[in-house]
Amino acid sequence: MFINFFFDLKQASLPVSLKEYLMLMEAMNKRVVDSFNVNDFYYLSRSALVKDERYLDKFDRVFGHSFKGLENPEGETTKEIPEEWLKLMGQKYLTDEEKKMIESLGGWDKLMETLKQRLEEQKKRHQGGSKWIGTGGTSPFGAYGYNPEGIRIGQKEGKNKKAVKVWDKREFSNLDGDVELGTRNIKIALRRLRKFAREGAETELDLDNTIKSTAHKGYIDVKMMPERRNKIKVLLFFDVGGSMDAHIKICEELFSAARTEFKHMEYFYYHNCLYDAVWKDNNRRYNDNIKTWDVLHTYPSDYKVIFVGDAEMSPYEITYPGGSVEFWNEESGETWLTRMLNVYENAIWLNPIPERYWDRIASTSIIKQIFSDRMFPLTIEGIDQAMRELNK
Amino acid sequence: MKFEGTSSYIATEDLKVAVNAAITLERPIIVKGEPGTGKTMLAHEVAKSLDAEIITWHIKSTTKAQQGLYEYDAVTRLRDSQLGDEKVKDIKNYISKGKLWNAFESDKRPVLLIDEIDKADIEFPNDLLLELDKMEFFVYETGETIKAQNRPIVIITSNNEKELPDAFLRRCFFHYIKFPDPNTMEEIVEVHYPDIKKDLIQEAFKIFYDIREVPGIKKKPSTSELIDWLKLLMTDDVDAKILREKDPKKLIPPLHGALLKNEQDVHLFERLAFISRRENENVE
Repeated sequence: MFINFFFDLKQASLPVSLKEYLMLMEAMNKRVVDSFNVNDFYYLSRSALVKDERYLDKFDRVFGHSFKGLENPEGETTKEIPEEWLKLMGQKYLTDEEKKMIESLGGWDKLMETLKQRLEEQKKRHQGGSKWIGTGGTSPFGAYGYNPEGIRIGQKEGKNKKAVKVWDKREFSNLDGDVELGTRNIKIALRRLRKFAREGAETELDLDNTIKSTAHKGYIDVKMMPERRNKIKVLLFFDVGGSMDAHIKICEELFSAARTEFKHMEYFYYHNCLYDAVWKDNNRRYNDNIKTWDVLHTYPSDYKVIFVGDAEMSPYEITYPGGSVEFWNEESGETWLTRMLNVYENAIWLNPIPERYWDRIASTSIIKQIFSDRMFPLTIEGIDQAMRELNK
Repeated sequence: MKFEGTSSYIATEDLKVAVNAAITLERPIIVKGEPGTGKTMLAHEVAKSLDAEIITWHIKSTTKAQQGLYEYDAVTRLRDSQLGDEKVKDIKNYISKGKLWNAFESDKRPVLLIDEIDKADIEFPNDLLLELDKMEFFVYETGETIKAQNRPIVIITSNNEKELPDAFLRRCFFHYIKFPDPNTMEEIVEVHYPDIKKDLIQEAFKIFYDIREVPGIKKKPSTSELIDWLKLLMTDDVDAKILREKDPKKLIPPLHGALLKNEQDVHLFERLAFISRRENENVE
């Protein structure tokens, strides 16, 4: 009966397996929920089929799609809101720009739709603070209804809880793996890059070995071993200034996540492309810079290299000597990047610009080529893939 | 056996469905969610509402799966053998039971809480696959098989610090506790402080959700922080009027230390308050 739904989920590349489907069937069979209630079925299938909050939003969308038209028979008491109220409200709240945008999107009728929807959604969240509808009062929307505490609509609380289908609310949209980035999520993504090893001073008692050796020799023979540690070592290069200003927040987050994740991490800044020097402090970049040669000589080749930058510049800045916008570079950026890649086998480029634009930017294509396609978008998914690549 | 929430714990509809599915199908349930949304509490409340014993197993970075089953104390046995202790002849004396063993032995169906499973090593969940699936394990030292008399209700919490293996996830139900909406939040507060003033709550909520929506805030305040803050407001007997204060000079809420736990966030908040103050003055 739900086979189609299951295949819809599969098609939307949600990681669902037969085992989970059978589990759901078993639960239905055992009457965990009343099978005539769509909401309960939604909750149950979500709990059985989705195992990671990243996929909740996708699941909601597929569910909405698969069971379109399947409404709650008793929940259909959507309150009509007079058109002119909505129109007045639209005029009150939309800037000229937005009005224009809506005109271009399909005019007022469409706007009415949206506003209606918004109003429906608002019913439950009446104290939301920054949202614009409250149920503090009972007067129905009087006198164009604007006051600092919000517009009031005569709506009894709780009466209409089911007007909006739960899955259509898409409450988990910002947990979707393709969208959100927070330090926490970055850290999880970075954790792919781990290689535990016992190295260094022997500080832990190796119990098994001690027992074995004691039994073998006939007297107590204590064996020690080094502690288990993540031995991944990372060099991070950040592009700063210019077009990167728009991406400061995400870079900050990546930086702070990387800092706590990797014990052995060094970071450097560069501008647009790698040339003969990098720096560690943006305020003193001209006085206190570090020769790129020194970097190449200081850090052994088992370091993993991560470049972060939008790779958006004039192609000359990469391919020609003297192409840099800031100073006369004797050797081209390409030479330096290739040099870097020759030393460090594991290197990738993270790009904060969405992947679909890459092909249209000449310099991005060039760098991607230099990195033999090891360029990844700066999203959770991207970092995830990048870390797998670095682990190879 | 059905879980319906308790007088001290507000369970949303979807949470109830998920928990009941796990109870009926005798499978573990994994609970995730923002810190402070009551993941650990859930297990205790389920136990309370079903009148079952709760067995908690707190996971640390050093915890091994084997420790949940049993541990064989080889060192003590070695020492005893050198002293010629009689106990040494029976290996059972040196096997100490783990939490899983305890849960399997229980006469009545217990609730087993495996708290913060993501703290352990990546392989940890895989090592428990069979044990949680079949609810039995084999003790090599004595050659006996321990089988659950009553399959315990297994509740596993995770803070998402590590990804759990797919094979493990496939065998479990999953629930993500989302941050409560104001209605649910009101019920939660009601449960904790039944005699709090209504208008105080209204205003406090407004501030609380406003703070959560401040862009760029590093650590959003959670339910438990709201409850602490309300407690402070109540003990200080702060009037709702003060919270409603629109005077830009007093934009920072009283006792904000309970909500903002990070000095960058406090700075950010103060800066925003400062900007809005300046804007207001310009208007005047």
